[in-house]
Amino acid sequence: MAEQKDMVLEMENLNVKFVLEEETVEAVNGISLHMRTGETLGLVGETGAGKTTTALSILKLIDSPPGVLECDRMEVCGQDVLKMTTSELEHIRGSLVSMIFQDPMTSLNPVFTVGQQIAESLERHENLNKNDAWKKAEDMLELVGIPRERAIEYPHQFSGGMKQRVIIAIALACSPRLLIADEPTTALDVTIQAQILHLMKELKEKRNTSVIMITHDLGIVAETCDRVAVMYAGRIIETGNLDEVFNHTKHPYTEGLFNSLPNIKKRKHKLQPIHGLMPDPTNLPKGCAFAPRCNYATEACKERRPELMGFGGTHQAACLAYEQAGFHIERGKTNG
Amino acid sequence: MADTILEVRNLKKYFKTARGTLHAVDDVSFTIERGKTLGIVGESGCGKSTTGRAILRLLEPTDGKVFFNGIDITSLSNFKMRQMRREMQIIFQDPFSSLDPRKTVSQTIAEPIIENRLLKDKKAIEARVHELMDTVGLAQRLVNSYPHELDGGRRQRIGIARALAMEPKFIVCDEPVSALDVSIQAQILNLLQELKEKMGLTFIFITHDLSVVNHFADEIAVMYLGQLIEKAPTEELFDHPVHPYTRALLSAIPIPEVGIERPERILLKGEISSPIDPPEECRFAKRCIYTCETCRKSCPKLLEASPGHFVSCHLWKDFM
Repeated sequence: MAEQKDMVLEMENLNVKFVLEEETVEAVNGISLHMRTGETLGLVGETGAGKTTTALSILKLIDSPPGVLECDRMEVCGQDVLKMTTSELEHIRGSLVSMIFQDPMTSLNPVFTVGQQIAESLERHENLNKNDAWKKAEDMLELVGIPRERAIEYPHQFSGGMKQRVIIAIALACSPRLLIADEPTTALDVTIQAQILHLMKELKEKRNTSVIMITHDLGIVAETCDRVAVMYAGRIIETGNLDEVFNHTKHPYTEGLFNSLPNIKKRKHKLQPIHGLMPDPTNLPKGCAFAPRCNYATEACKERRPELMGFGGTHQAACLAYEQAGFHIERGKTNG
Repeated sequence: MADTILEVRNLKKYFKTARGTLHAVDDVSFTIERGKTLGIVGESGCGKSTTGRAILRLLEPTDGKVFFNGIDITSLSNFKMRQMRREMQIIFQDPFSSLDPRKTVSQTIAEPIIENRLLKDKKAIEARVHELMDTVGLAQRLVNSYPHELDGGRRQRIGIARALAMEPKFIVCDEPVSALDVSIQAQILNLLQELKEKMGLTFIFITHDLSVVNHFADEIAVMYLGQLIEKAPTEELFDHPVHPYTRALLSAIPIPEVGIERPERILLKGEISSPIDPPEECRFAKRCIYTCETCRKSCPKLLEASPGHFVSCHLWKDFM
């Protein structure tokens, strides 16, 4: 099928647990993701929702033990990641799939020049000799807006925004099909963030890379993504394209996120925080994980775990309240 | 006459470094009226936190004066300053490192009360701690918990309770919600808003997040490389920003909405330059798209462009 070729990632029912001596952390509980070429997916959620664990699982970067990764199917560009040996995995890491981490300050090696760090993956994956790899590394630096002369400098000679550009250069050096960006701009100032997001968007379009953008910032999602998946306590609780999730919000948690967000467009409307806290991942409630904080929760929500159900188009949400006839959320109304 | 609670006059804080003098805060002046909130915004390294600390003399200012209720606190003795600090408190950014890990919630909140000998009787102190915990929304069952057992939002509530223990008139909030998730951030913002209304507090709210401050502040001051470059009432600043940097900053905020018309984004070139021995030119000149000869010759002064709206830019008339 032509469509099959188009898929860069197919993940079915991912579960990740961390088994510790006294407790088991259920970090990811049954997540399925499908990505096409050139698509940008926003993975949104708060601290501890399981966003990063999901991303690391795609590259099988979960430490085991204590991590236990179970998945029905995980294919990157048609290749089964689950069956791969370590050396096969090393081959796809950085070439087919690469990752940008949150903190540019700690993800570069302080004792190598930035040029060496970019050239390293080129030598390994593209079989270039030292000179060619170095030349391409300099080209990559230029591509991300850093003068090529600076390839001989060390990470400490760069500012935070510049370091993040270097990391983007490393990640894109081998033209990966899938780029996972884990909070790529969280550690940066807004004006620098705007530069980096602009750069990523440009490069992505030029190379037709698929991107998973992990973020807690719905503003970034609105500006960079095609689709969005909202995570809560290790599950996807709502997913769809931007218009569906932003303008026709279905899940009470997504609604809560929007209502607690200060919005510069809507000054002076009172923030409506979600009361309570995210549940402890070592002791998840039996029913819906959001039920204890949900304004619409009923007895059924405490007993039964909701599955994702369709709302037309690509829109899906996991909420039992929709089993009652006529239930709907009026987010548009409260926000004017 | 406006009822001014705090006046900052030509405040400077320089640090000596191996490479030269770092101008962290360079000639900043402003006033705050009683019961109002001033938001200080800017990017990392612009001197906003240093300003907050220099006002409380947690960092001794290099030069300039700070008047609190008409008293020049920069000339007070350490002993007098200690008493003065009962009325001037601070809430820190990181609730993970600003609490003593070996003290329980009640010990942490009681500490300033005992330290300052506000109450002597054990029962009275206990009652006061309970009262403060109620005020900031901490459940009584947490009274003997340690910080590591609590999440960021609750830890920040402890920080707030500690600041309130002195019954201050004025609080500097230094990025109080930056380390928190949005749903928790909204809880803390609403709490601070409530306290402000209930107790008639005056706040300086330091943040890098303009969307947070717009909910909270009556006036906003924008800082860049140690200088105050624009100050105006919140609505005015958001609707009619004048300084090119303020406009770029506002346009850089991602808006969480789909299908709206987005204002054109002004992408700045380069990054904030070094605050060490800055040259005699507009501090923003290197990144500004409008830079002309004048900008390279001298540093602009803060002028009142329209009533209550101050801006420091040579070309401000072109942007009005």
